[in-house]
Amino acid sequence: MAAEIHANRFRLLTEQVGRKFVAGVEDFGYGAALLVESVFWLLAGRWRQQRVRLSAIVQEMMDIGVQAIPVVTILAFANGAMMAMQGIYTLRDFGAESQVVSGIAMSVTREFGVLIAGIVVAGRSGSAIAARIGTMQMAQEIDALRVMGVSPVRYLVSPILAAMLLMMPILSVLSDAMAILGGGVISVMELHINLDTYTTRVFSELVPGDIFQGLIKSVVFAVLITLVATGNGFNASGGAEGLGRATTRSVVLCIAAIVVADMVFTFFLSR
Amino acid sequence: MNTTPPDTSSQPVIEVNNLVTYYGDQKILDDVSLSVAPGEIMVIMGGSGSGKSTLLRYLLGLHRADAGDIRLFGKNIDTLSSHEWMEIRKKIGVSFQGGALFNSMTVGENVRMPLREHTSLDENTIKIMSRMKLEVVNLAGYEHLMPAQLSGGMIKRAALARAIVMDPGILFFDEPSAGLDPVVAADLDNLILRIRDAMPVSIVVVTHELQSAFKIADRITVLDRGRILMVGSVEEVRHSDNPRIRNLLTRTSEDEPVDVDGYLQRLTEGAMRF
Repeated sequence: MAAEIHANRFRLLTEQVGRKFVAGVEDFGYGAALLVESVFWLLAGRWRQQRVRLSAIVQEMMDIGVQAIPVVTILAFANGAMMAMQGIYTLRDFGAESQVVSGIAMSVTREFGVLIAGIVVAGRSGSAIAARIGTMQMAQEIDALRVMGVSPVRYLVSPILAAMLLMMPILSVLSDAMAILGGGVISVMELHINLDTYTTRVFSELVPGDIFQGLIKSVVFAVLITLVATGNGFNASGGAEGLGRATTRSVVLCIAAIVVADMVFTFFLSR
Repeated sequence: MNTTPPDTSSQPVIEVNNLVTYYGDQKILDDVSLSVAPGEIMVIMGGSGSGKSTLLRYLLGLHRADAGDIRLFGKNIDTLSSHEWMEIRKKIGVSFQGGALFNSMTVGENVRMPLREHTSLDENTIKIMSRMKLEVVNLAGYEHLMPAQLSGGMIKRAALARAIVMDPGILFFDEPSAGLDPVVAADLDNLILRIRDAMPVSIVVVTHELQSAFKIADRITVLDRGRILMVGSVEEVRHSDNPRIRNLLTRTSEDEPVDVDGYLQRLTEGAMRF
């Protein structure tokens, strides 16, 4: 009997692992198909008489990008200031606190600027997009679009993708600038240098590759947030509770996806 | 009941041949065949779980059939290219059960949306056309309201205005009277009849409301547990002696035969697993 119970448990466990794996592969395939289709509509919609409307893209750019500016500004500034404080404290033991400037310049442009922008966009828009599309799914609005001959991907996903691809790099550059400024304010106070010297040193340390690394990541984050948020919205089911679940899942997966992708890209881009 | 008989001599606008569909392992529709003539009002009637809403979703092309085929305007919808499908979809209008109006748009924008997406008409023409359709459904003057500000009956009428704005050849209704009081439901039935008299359109109505079905139908298809019990005129359905149809008409529930083994198996299934 004990052996049978053991075998049964093992079978259930492997079954669960198998199912999760298949679901993961399905999600990945779904995301890839969504990406291909939304890019297709962006590029070829005009020739198929199904243009992606510029007004929709501008609206999404406002929601996703412009309205995120205050939060990104505050978070990036605070993050830059914290990095400067911690850097100066740590490097003081070695008498190398002035090196904090190059540390901030590099880590912000390569890493933290874009990550902060990504997390803010994932938190704000990742939930909002999933909730909006999920509500439409449940109210049969997505079906209504399809039977009207309007592709839901073209109408809902393509404008978001375009807006994300345009706004994420802009937000990352803003985030870089604000974090460097935050670090600068602390450096001026602690290291007794003036802001001009700080700025000159920052720019002498940076090479275009550093900024470029952040920009590449911002584009990848834009795609990931779009696919995860819209995918979760389209697959929402189960009433108000299901919508809440889809929204939470969207935010958590968006942030997880961008952090993991960040690690992978840093690994390859830092070689 | 309608007074002008439909033209059944010409090619049907909807043809369903031996449609079989599954949900997972469960068979939902079994060997369903029907046809709808131009100008005809076909009511698909059945109780809960009869498969009528599923049939509608397949007719709208929202799912692919597991077997059999569906033809709209003579074209098999499973073999259409996406472009051909889009052309067909411009010629069908759908009024969903809950209206499915876009909540972020006003009533007017909802009605104008198909015209904006599918035509290159200028904004003024689009406005005039959408207002004409809002007049038809008695919603003139409500175009600036949001769907959340409308009553149940008004939502259905606004959805109807959106469904007919492209002058479709086929109009589908999913449970038009669901959630409405009897007077508003009767008004909607009259509106459906008026639209058919005013436009050359075939109408498919999915409903479980007998009164509504008998009032508007030219022919009724009775679905039960995924199979067609009968297709006939209102009188034929009324006088059918099929016990299941009689149960539906007299609102009598059926006594299910008890399957003892099946019952025990359902109770104990999974309970012995760890």
